[in-house]
Amino acid sequence: MWARLKPGQGPLDYGNRLWLKTLFAAIFIMLYVPIVTLIAFSFNTDKRGVVWRGFTFQNYVKAWNNDALIEALTNSIVIALFATVLSTIIGALVALLLWRFRFPLKTAYEGFMALPIVIPEICMGVALLLFFANTGMMETVVSWIWPFNLANIIIAHVAFCFPFVTVVVRSRLVGFNRQLEEASKDLGASEWQTFWNVIVPFMKPGLIAGALLAFTLSLDDFVITFFTSGPETVTFPVKVYSLVRRGVSPEINAASTVLIVITVVATVLAMKLQAPAKQGKG
Amino acid sequence: MDSWRDNSRVFWTLALPGSFWLIAFFIVPLGLLFFMSFGEKAVIDGQVSITEVDITGTLTNYLRSFDAVYLTIIWKSIWVSALATVFCLVTAYPIAFGICFAPERWKPLLLLLVILPFWINLLIRTYALIAVFRTQGYVNQALGLFGLGPYDMLYNNFSVIFGLVYVYMPFMVLPLYATIERLDRSFLEASLDLGASQFRTFLSVTVPLTMPGIISGIILVFIPCLGSFLTPDLLGGANAVMIGNVIERQFKAANDWPFGSALSFLLMYATFGALALRSLLARRSKAVDV
Repeated sequence: MWARLKPGQGPLDYGNRLWLKTLFAAIFIMLYVPIVTLIAFSFNTDKRGVVWRGFTFQNYVKAWNNDALIEALTNSIVIALFATVLSTIIGALVALLLWRFRFPLKTAYEGFMALPIVIPEICMGVALLLFFANTGMMETVVSWIWPFNLANIIIAHVAFCFPFVTVVVRSRLVGFNRQLEEASKDLGASEWQTFWNVIVPFMKPGLIAGALLAFTLSLDDFVITFFTSGPETVTFPVKVYSLVRRGVSPEINAASTVLIVITVVATVLAMKLQAPAKQGKG
Repeated sequence: MDSWRDNSRVFWTLALPGSFWLIAFFIVPLGLLFFMSFGEKAVIDGQVSITEVDITGTLTNYLRSFDAVYLTIIWKSIWVSALATVFCLVTAYPIAFGICFAPERWKPLLLLLVILPFWINLLIRTYALIAVFRTQGYVNQALGLFGLGPYDMLYNNFSVIFGLVYVYMPFMVLPLYATIERLDRSFLEASLDLGASQFRTFLSVTVPLTMPGIISGIILVFIPCLGSFLTPDLLGGANAVMIGNVIERQFKAANDWPFGSALSFLLMYATFGALALRSLLARRSKAVDV
């Protein structure tokens, strides 16, 4: 018996069990092997991406010179930036509303605000397609000058991003001590001054986290964009979709790797920015 | 909390932009979709119009969803999603369990590693899977070293289920992690002290106490699986069609918007049903809440 009671060998030290470690490693390998090979093969010289032939940056140069791909990537980033700014503002306002006021039918209002998060993406996509087609926005907006011809997609992205921002900002606001607000007002600050100098600085980590969430959600979205974009406007996921249907090519790997790097940096940044807030008063 | 009457100027400033956006670009489109589901293609001069739709209040679109063809697809979507959910649970539980019992300093990194793939574009992840599973893919090459294969691993139900598990696993890990982390370990010790085996302890103590997390995870994975369109489209092809693909076809190639709308609403009702079930189960279970 004594042999089994070494440190790390107790009945509850599951973290040291070999079978759990093996299983754990196996599942992580399954999660990461496809992504890692995708990145690795973006440096491959083989055209069909089947076997490893040699290291090259050629695929990145080709992707960079592929105008359609670059246009799609620019569109995606422009859409994501607009959608992030709009949905962060709108989402934060709704969060403030739900945090500060009680009003009739508030539960129902909250329920409706959560709807875009829960309903299947494809339903929202086709509903917006129907809406844009029936109001004539589909034809009008597409003829506008860039980047305004992306307006439909931006509107759609804001519609599904801002409820997420609301959730994030609201969970930050829960920790706010309202006496700070009272103190500010007692000291003679106006409603606006209190908002700008007391509440906004407190909300800031939530705002940043919400904005980065909105940015990645917008950059990531395929289904809703697929339905709301006209035939002329292409975003990066929509472009990759049409390329993938034709087969695998190292150029897609290169472009995907760039996008992966962007999202991973944004995510890690968001986590870094949120971390100190947790240790503090939050 | 203030009453909205106390400071109505601030109230309306905060309320208007969000409410406007939600009503104009979410509720109204859904309303249109709802009316469209009771419509049929207009007949102009004896010809069925391609673009015009009359809202006649007909139920034919809903009745058509219960044709054998579509009923099979709906049934298939349900069991494919159910299987994907089960596999998610089976793989996510050890992961969540492992993270909870890992050394404290490793936890944030391990959690990040689980969540990170979730942030990477869905399309890119699906594309990565195609490269792994196709006929000249890495799996077949590896099998080839042992003189096996090549097997057709793409464009069947297996690849779709694998794809769904791969894509939605983080949704399962997070709620499980949250409940297992809050689990009072003295219950496990008590069970072991009283002579139960590890296996028995797991089944009779750990699983019931983490049930809320399991339920949340199941719902969180099942709903997006049921409505998925991209994964069955790219990994399943024509052999593994799900409701999402039928809806897409009605709005693009087949150009039958009323029928597509009816199917969308059926999908939404199923989603709401799953959510209602979740809150019902959550109310009944008295253990740790997520």
